[in-house]
Amino acid sequence: MNAYKELTLQGLWTNNPALVQLLGLCPLLAVTSTVTNALGLGLATLLVLVGSNVTVSLVRDWVPKEIRIPVFVMVIATFVTVMQLLMNAYVYGLYQSLGIFIPLIVTNCAIIGRAEAYASKNPWQKSAFDGLMMGLGFTLVLVLLGAIREIIGNGTLFDGADLLLGAWASELRIELVQFDYPLLLAILPPGAFIVMGFIIAGKNWFDQRQAERAKTPEKQVTRARVTAQ
Amino acid sequence: MTFKIAASPHAHQRRTTTQVMRWVYLAVIPGILVHSYFFGLGIFLQLLLALLTAWICEAAVMRVRGRSVASAWQDHTAIVTAVLLAISIPSLAPWWIIVIGTAFAILVVKHVYGGVGQNLFNPAMAGYVLLLVSFPVQMTSWPIPQQLAQLQLSLADTWQLISSGYSQAGYSLEQLRSGIDGVTMATPLDSLRTDLSHQLTTAEALQKPIFGSFAGVGWGYLNLAFLLGGLVLIYQRIISWHIPAGVLLGLTVPATLLWLFNPDQSISPWLHLMSGATMLGAFFIATDPVTAATSNKGRFIFGLIIGALVMVIRTWGGYPDAVAFAVLLANMAVPVIDKYSQPLAYGHGGRT
Repeated sequence: MNAYKELTLQGLWTNNPALVQLLGLCPLLAVTSTVTNALGLGLATLLVLVGSNVTVSLVRDWVPKEIRIPVFVMVIATFVTVMQLLMNAYVYGLYQSLGIFIPLIVTNCAIIGRAEAYASKNPWQKSAFDGLMMGLGFTLVLVLLGAIREIIGNGTLFDGADLLLGAWASELRIELVQFDYPLLLAILPPGAFIVMGFIIAGKNWFDQRQAERAKTPEKQVTRARVTAQ
Repeated sequence: MTFKIAASPHAHQRRTTTQVMRWVYLAVIPGILVHSYFFGLGIFLQLLLALLTAWICEAAVMRVRGRSVASAWQDHTAIVTAVLLAISIPSLAPWWIIVIGTAFAILVVKHVYGGVGQNLFNPAMAGYVLLLVSFPVQMTSWPIPQQLAQLQLSLADTWQLISSGYSQAGYSLEQLRSGIDGVTMATPLDSLRTDLSHQLTTAEALQKPIFGSFAGVGWGYLNLAFLLGGLVLIYQRIISWHIPAGVLLGLTVPATLLWLFNPDQSISPWLHLMSGATMLGAFFIATDPVTAATSNKGRFIFGLIIGALVMVIRTWGGYPDAVAFAVLLANMAVPVIDKYSQPLAYGHGGRT
């Protein structure tokens, strides 16, 4: 069970694909203008990642080392196509608002990175769990980034959630602040870079503080005084 | 007795950052006075708001970083940032515009990168671009020169307008921006740009009262005032002549060529030089010692890039004026410029 705990920690925090490996930044920065978009793309990536990790892990003994990368890419592309068709069928509004970034999941380095670094060397159960945790870590960062940008740039949360979750979800929309003039920059690409930078800085600051706390104070050696003052 | 051995130069005038910065903001005073003569008292309120915000943000961020607040206040760099930003924005813009811009400039552009001397981008211009991209309406609502305005504004009126959006008599900024004939006026560059896109020729577009006799009412004298301040800075050796010369050349040469070939649809080099933020940009903004190139050759190239970009963006870009974008783009190019313009140390390499 310890291995799974380690995988969870790796995926969600210490080796988070978005915050630490900085992989898949293109969709991360491009679609996170709202929570809904971020969640949609995050879930799509998560499912592709789990699927590709399991498949790569299952075929790892039959794939010659020399051509493993093309094979992995084919596997990932297959899952992305499946995902794209499913989204086209069931969440058409979100499919339209994500646009080109759904097929671009193929090029998300986080996915091929996990296939190469983990799934091609480990049994399928562990690979599936690794894909789940890495995908979850990616999704959480996406949602956090989307939430911050949506609040600053639009004053709302879960705007257009019905595109992803069905008609009932339009109730989810929260109007936090009513801006007469929203800070457009937060919605635009530069805002994504700036907010992402602050999130990474926040994580590093937190880690550093934890490390300082964990440091055990060195044993104080007091000199025994043998002579009187 | 000790012999102190120091590296050359042995005779020099020692100038602290504070003194350099003080010269910079003293040299913009003529510009500020001309600005207030033509565009009203708004600029003084904007300066006040900008300075207050800059000081508070500087103190807060130095406290968080565990450094001395007094040292940050004493080097006066925040004052220069605040003053340049306050001059750049429309002087009757709502109060939160300047507060957001200054806070972003100080907190994010300056201190996130490590504070004084560490920032990659010119803080005032990065703040300006943030505002221009986020609040295009407020950032393009320039007041019209008082000489052309229907209504004159008192200081109390100006304060009301900046704090609430309406003057004491209940006029909105949009109403106050209309001239005697009731037509809202844009800045000279903005007006010219719009008219050119409406298939007017330059000569026809220049018939509007906003242009007056000399590069736009107010704007020409404003640029002359900044030119004067800039020359004082060069005379005092606060800035070297390479950057302003580069900017002005980089702007004038392509603009003249375009104008000679196509005088009906281009902005004349004279208007390029004497309108918009050209002189402010060339002498005060591009010459920021932190974000500009460092060698003399590099500075000249840096200036040329800014000038050419200003001309390109004004002519074909999406915005009527371009100094802020040009400066930020050139800031990005500085590491490359520095790499290729590094002067050879005597005796190392070079031609044999």
